[in-house]
Amino acid sequence: MTGMTVIVKTVTRWVKVFIFLYGVYIVITGHLTPGGGFAGGVIIACSYILLTLAYGKEFALKRLGPRTAAGLDSGGSLLFLIVALLGIGSGGLFFTNFLQKRYPGGEFQLASAGFIPIANIAIGLKVFSCLFLVFIILSILRIVLDAEGKQSLVQRWPEGKEE
Amino acid sequence: MVYTLCFALFLTGLYCALTKKNTVKIVIGLAIMEYAVNLFLILLGYRRNGVAPILDRSTDLADFLARSVDPLPQALVLTAIVIGLGVTSLAVALCIRLYEKYGTFDVTQIRRLKG
Amino acid sequence: MGTEVILIILLFFMLAGALIAVETKNLLSSVISLGAIGVGTSVAFLFLMAPDLAIVQIAVEVVLLIFLIRATIARDVIPQRGHIAWGGLVVVVVLLAGLLAFGAYAFRDLGVFGQPIIAAVQDAPSNRYLARGMKETGAANIVAAVILDYRGYDTLGEATVLFAAILGALTILRVRSRSGGGKP
Repeated sequence: MTGMTVIVKTVTRWVKVFIFLYGVYIVITGHLTPGGGFAGGVIIACSYILLTLAYGKEFALKRLGPRTAAGLDSGGSLLFLIVALLGIGSGGLFFTNFLQKRYPGGEFQLASAGFIPIANIAIGLKVFSCLFLVFIILSILRIVLDAEGKQSLVQRWPEGKEE
Repeated sequence: MVYTLCFALFLTGLYCALTKKNTVKIVIGLAIMEYAVNLFLILLGYRRNGVAPILDRSTDLADFLARSVDPLPQALVLTAIVIGLGVTSLAVALCIRLYEKYGTFDVTQIRRLKG
Repeated sequence: MGTEVILIILLFFMLAGALIAVETKNLLSSVISLGAIGVGTSVAFLFLMAPDLAIVQIAVEVVLLIFLIRATIARDVIPQRGHIAWGGLVVVVVLLAGLLAFGAYAFRDLGVFGQPIIAAVQDAPSNRYLARGMKETGAANIVAAVILDYRGYDTLGEATVLFAAILGALTILRVRSRSGGGKP
């Protein structure tokens, strides 16, 4: 996928940082304002998709390749599961909000509500890398499995046949 | 009246998923059904002249309790929307794979060609 | 009363968009009509006092449009003019009209729009979440407290389903090459 015109590239260069920062803001203050992990994760994925559409595939794949995205996906899920399992250690039940019981922060502050910000960050990481990985596989790359069972990633449309 | 219109939207999506021959149109029908179901669940939890279930420094708790909308359907629909995106992208992956194997998006052609 | 009128207008707009998306022969038009339905749903969520859902719905709908357009419209779509199976179509339309009539009759038991269950039943779980959510979890956003503290197990299930769906999509699109780089 080649990039777009100069106007789109210039606007993207200025705007993509703000979209990314807005997504991170929605993830982090998910326990105080509307939003949370899901909304912020999808918005961060949108900023990376904008980068891919405006600049072409090589530029975006250098920033965040498919193996890194798969690793972040698994890492986010594991972090969420670990936070849930740690509740068993103190309190006795799965998913107990152990941080809230030990160190209750003030109300309406950023560092409050126990492990809810940590869980929001884990979910945001997972949703963002998940959606970007699917976008890459649907339209840019293709997984090829050759005779020995080894996997490799080749381009979906070779250079001669762009649409 | 609102519930009936939402159900009519769901049935439009169902009609599209049942009678169309193009696989992409079938996926569009599934997406319409999913939007309609999420809207219906939130319609059930609305309170007249309600406020959003988000506390502020200046809300009075008794007044908030009497006026807020139901937070439980909102929490469940939040995850349902993102799951719907994942499942629809799986359906789109199926469409792409069928196109690569058979060269067409038409369901009736796919039944006739063998492998 | 004002909210109900606005919602009815929005639902008529969404129904018109849905009928266009179903019946038009141009694939790009029907995908864009799907986007119109998504925007209508997001505005309806705003009027129903669900701001979290409005953000998630509009972002998910944009990503869905990008997936649909990027992955499918790039191919040549030859318009097919095969025969229309009239018998099956009439049966489906009659059945769906019957379902709509049955639904209109059944929804009379749901009560007036604007009176949720939590107003009628005083010890519903939602009343407890609203009354004691701030004290027990410390979060000001009650919806975030519900999905991550009171009903955190459902969120774990959601993360698992999303993981499995994406894994399925990756596996479906994996091709097996014979003799090094051949076509699938």
